[in-house]
Amino acid sequence: MRYIRGFRDGGAAAALAQRIAAAADRTREYHLMEFCGGHTHAIFRYGVQNLLPRNVRLVHGPGCPVCVLATPRLDAAIALVQRSDVTLLSYGDMLRVPASKRRSLLKARAQGADVRMVYSALETLEVAAANPGRQIIFFAIGFETTTPATAHLIMEAARLGLTNLTVYCNHVVTPAAIQSILDAPGTRQWDSVRIDGFIGPSHVSAVIGSRPYEAFASSHAKPVVIAGFEPLDVMQAVDMLVRQLNEGRAEVENQFTRGVTRDGNRTAQALMAEVFELRPVFEWRGLGLLAEGGVCIKPKYAAFDAERRFAIATGAVRENAACQCPSIIRGVKKPEDCTIFGTLCTPRNPIGSCMVSAEGVCAAYYKYGRRTLPAGGAAVRA
Amino acid sequence: MQYAGAPCLSGRVLNPVCLAIPVRVTALLEQGWAEADIGGVMSRVCTALLDAVAVGDYLIVHAGFAITRLDVAEAELTLALFAEITAHYEGAGVALHPRLS
Repeated sequence: MRYIRGFRDGGAAAALAQRIAAAADRTREYHLMEFCGGHTHAIFRYGVQNLLPRNVRLVHGPGCPVCVLATPRLDAAIALVQRSDVTLLSYGDMLRVPASKRRSLLKARAQGADVRMVYSALETLEVAAANPGRQIIFFAIGFETTTPATAHLIMEAARLGLTNLTVYCNHVVTPAAIQSILDAPGTRQWDSVRIDGFIGPSHVSAVIGSRPYEAFASSHAKPVVIAGFEPLDVMQAVDMLVRQLNEGRAEVENQFTRGVTRDGNRTAQALMAEVFELRPVFEWRGLGLLAEGGVCIKPKYAAFDAERRFAIATGAVRENAACQCPSIIRGVKKPEDCTIFGTLCTPRNPIGSCMVSAEGVCAAYYKYGRRTLPAGGAAVRA
Repeated sequence: MQYAGAPCLSGRVLNPVCLAIPVRVTALLEQGWAEADIGGVMSRVCTALLDAVAVGDYLIVHAGFAITRLDVAEAELTLALFAEITAHYEGAGVALHPRLS
């Protein structure tokens, strides 16, 4: 399709690389964080970093939906499926994410629990209607891209009068996370990561619009360029960010004009506002407790809230001490800095969440990166 | 119609959570569903988040939901800009990026 291939053209990538190299000031460094895992994936798959001058660095951010889910909440989901009357549905990647004690939903399924993979949240409706005797729980995760889908699911469940369907809501909020990366005291603790500007998410912004970024772009003097997920989109966004930084501007610009407007998708926003409300705090893996970092189901729809129907206990957990996912999610460390990356922790046998999803930084490094194995020292082309 | 599930691209199942691609609507179905062509695979897409979807529209689909309409005019403008940048550097006789050539 023209609207996919056109944005992957090699000749245009070379020209954009020239343009960026000409614009970048060799006497300074540019550290640009791509928030979204979709960009991380595109950058590795197409080798975008190798097309940029050495002083333009891409820092990989926390925007991978399964990577940021706090382990206690995943443990709670695994505890739920131990009940014989529960069927739990979630998106594919979520099933493989390691919880504490090396458990996962997939392993729980292997042990007999009823855990199913869905592509769309609406498949939950069919399962609930077909199994009136069972408790059907949708394990809802993701950013503002999947939140409207969950809201639509709850509205449909209410319309159809389904009483056996509940949602275990773990949706997170993007602007809060970017804010927290920038805000004190967080950045002071994490001062080893330097960020000069942001490549803004494309599909999250298609829903929420570009307006929510304006407040922190001006208050923190960091430019934001919302970019599409194709390699030329990312390169053009880098070009725009370099130019903003050269000119001392810190504005919200939109490269992904074909999908994002300033207002976003108002229908989706209204749907989310109808069903969800902000949580005062929500825990993110790697980022800790974020003020207004997630949403929960409004009391009006309490009948569909799994957290109200079932006793869900979330306690403290012990993470694998060697796993560096929390630092990698914040952009402080790279997968190569982790001693178990590529050895104990691989996409087939992930220990940290960043190795699970295609959008996780470790998985992208493993799949597309050139790296050196620490023990033998032999260079491996993944 | 058979539900096609996760769209396939070059034989691999895409990550269903985030890596959405544009699709073209081929038919409107009942109750806000549309049939869409995803790189040659036909799939069902929920259009509840959009108004007045028509056959031939390009949609950006995410986990089974169309989250926005692809603005074809804007996409063409961006592609034209890429073409202009490419022509500029080719015309100037500048060698390709050293690590590309």
